[in-house]
Amino acid sequence: MDLTYTADEEAFRAEARAWLEAHVPAEPLASFDTAEGFEQHRAWEATLYGGRWSAVSWPVEYGGRGADYIKWLIFEEEYYRARAPGRVNQNGIFLLGPTIIEVGTPEQKARFLPRMASSQDIWSQGWSEPNAGSDLAGIRSRAALSDDGAEWVITGQKTWCSRGAFADWLFGIFRTDPGAERHRGLTFILAPLDTPGITVRPIPQLDGETGFAEVFFDEARVSVDNTLGDVNRGWQVAMAAAGFERGVSLRSPARFTETAGRLAELYRRTGSSDRRLRDQVTSAWMDAEGYRLHTYMTVSRMIEGDTIGAEASLNKIFWSEMDLRMHETALRLLGGKGELMPGAPDAVDAGDWMDGYLFSLSGPIYAGTNEIQRNIIADRVLKLPRGA
Amino acid sequence: MRFVFTEDQRLLQDAVRDLLSKECPPGEVRSLWDDPVGRSRARWSALAEMGVIGLLVDADHGGLGMDEVDLVLLLEETGRVALPEPIVESAAVAPRLLADAAPAEVADAWLPRIAAGEAFVAVGLERSGPYVADAHLADLLLLQHGDELHALDPSAVTSVRQASVDGGRRIFSVSWTPGAATRLSSDPAALAAAADRGALAASAQMVGIADHMIEMTAAYAREREQFGKPIGSFQAVKHLMADALLKVDFARPALYRAAWSVAQRSPERPRDVSMAKAFASEAVNQAARASLQVHGAIGYTWEHDLQLWMKKGWALAATWGDAAWHRERVASWLLGPPA
Repeated sequence: MDLTYTADEEAFRAEARAWLEAHVPAEPLASFDTAEGFEQHRAWEATLYGGRWSAVSWPVEYGGRGADYIKWLIFEEEYYRARAPGRVNQNGIFLLGPTIIEVGTPEQKARFLPRMASSQDIWSQGWSEPNAGSDLAGIRSRAALSDDGAEWVITGQKTWCSRGAFADWLFGIFRTDPGAERHRGLTFILAPLDTPGITVRPIPQLDGETGFAEVFFDEARVSVDNTLGDVNRGWQVAMAAAGFERGVSLRSPARFTETAGRLAELYRRTGSSDRRLRDQVTSAWMDAEGYRLHTYMTVSRMIEGDTIGAEASLNKIFWSEMDLRMHETALRLLGGKGELMPGAPDAVDAGDWMDGYLFSLSGPIYAGTNEIQRNIIADRVLKLPRGA
Repeated sequence: MRFVFTEDQRLLQDAVRDLLSKECPPGEVRSLWDDPVGRSRARWSALAEMGVIGLLVDADHGGLGMDEVDLVLLLEETGRVALPEPIVESAAVAPRLLADAAPAEVADAWLPRIAAGEAFVAVGLERSGPYVADAHLADLLLLQHGDELHALDPSAVTSVRQASVDGGRRIFSVSWTPGAATRLSSDPAALAAAADRGALAASAQMVGIADHMIEMTAAYAREREQFGKPIGSFQAVKHLMADALLKVDFARPALYRAAWSVAQRSPERPRDVSMAKAFASEAVNQAARASLQVHGAIGYTWEHDLQLWMKKGWALAATWGDAAWHRERVASWLLGPPA
């Protein structure tokens, strides 16, 4: 055990900090869930890519730095410290990208990864369907091979597709063996969203923005070259991707230590003498720090060759419920001003706390509801018998 | 940055686990509840032979000269079996306290005996709580008076036993008279460090206790049937257990970092130890609560062994500063003194 950073790690941190200080836009960008903001964020991603900071943990040949997980965490710490823009291509760079690196063909890696790293292609995810939410294996959208075997012909509907409103590509799993049920007979397919037969309908969210969309497929034709992994083995590919999402990459600890720091600062600024709020602010800091330590332990194990499995569900519950509690505490600290939205003349901290609260409410729902995560922990970590 | 234990540290943990599973089965822990002394010298010697008791004692005094990062996993194992002997005081607190705050001749006299498992040391600091654990069999008592540390011969101390909810604990109100002859030093920093070692060790034991309770309860939930199914197949039970596991899983990294901070004599030691103690106390309480609930009425009986861990967990959660005390110490670091 050595909880100090090496000289190499410190040098990496210094390089990241210097670059971010020189390049992070002084003014916040418009929300990436607006058409204008989406393109602003795409441009920012291109700048990141130019400095080779967009996908630091990827291999160098695809635009990354081959950084290990510790360096990735360091980069994230610096990124949040610099208050840099949100990552519009998170679905691609942190979720699909590692999956392609793991199971993609050399041709797919060359074709998709550099364009993903540079955000020439921004990705939406397509997991859920109207009748397949928590019960993801209930997927009905079908993909059938064309007569010449060169294309998938896709018919069906995906929903709650994050970044779907403005993205260029969508990845998801589709039923390719109509005779198979549940987790079998599904295939992981990558689809350009401008394909004829695909219709995107943005869905306004609780926060009023169109962060996700419904995507309709009406005999949309996609090349079989866009099949990721083996045909009818899409569930396994998707679970590998979801493992990344729930585990390490979706919510890096820096995000929460930064929020906890701002919360402590807000507490001091409000001059509150409320002992309960004092304790809740302290909890927020301890939880964020606990999550940071937990992540450093997990990635240290991964560097030594361990893989993370169902334990990733513990992470997902922890960060999502912590995020919610932190924002609830902030709104209590703000009292009567807590309800103010960004843009209100009296909004404290530009209305970030209410904005963050609304966003945090989605955490226990997306990437597998926390109820499903608790089932996974009970079944696979505690080895309790499956439910009826 | 590498937040992992070495293979040697894991091997030693496995060895201690094996030893304790033989030397400290639940039946023996239970039988000692009714014994006035309540301690096994044979078991203590076995732990000393393996080097556990003298792990923090330097090699010149017959110990292993290792640090708290090496010790923390072993303490976790002592919690897993609800070890009744005073390992927190004698092995985790006393050795460094003597080395740091006692004149050389006192340290020279006691450290080899501690490492050999021949001497029990009781420790009574302001922060260890109002009572002194294991005063009844201590060969030496290290007691705090203001900023001073005093060394007392058992004959110079009057002890009155207090009954603890944990039948394995032996705690006493002690009265004694501080004097020039008993004073070892006036070193507030050494006393604070000792109190943090106690809190760290108690936290490690609580994590082991919580882990064991979850394990035994999951095993029970796999076997016990109601409505024609194992109760562990019911979602209400699954979620109770998952939440308990979550607390332990996140207490561990905080515990291990605290061990690192203590070993490194880090300036953040007080904050890090407090975080560990707060998390571990909450984890053990939640694990106890969930375990009792899932066991149902059988867990509420005197006959069932669950109480051996539950009650030890409750007692440890309240000693060496309870969760509220430690949370407030973090709050003061983060937010300054309370308004």
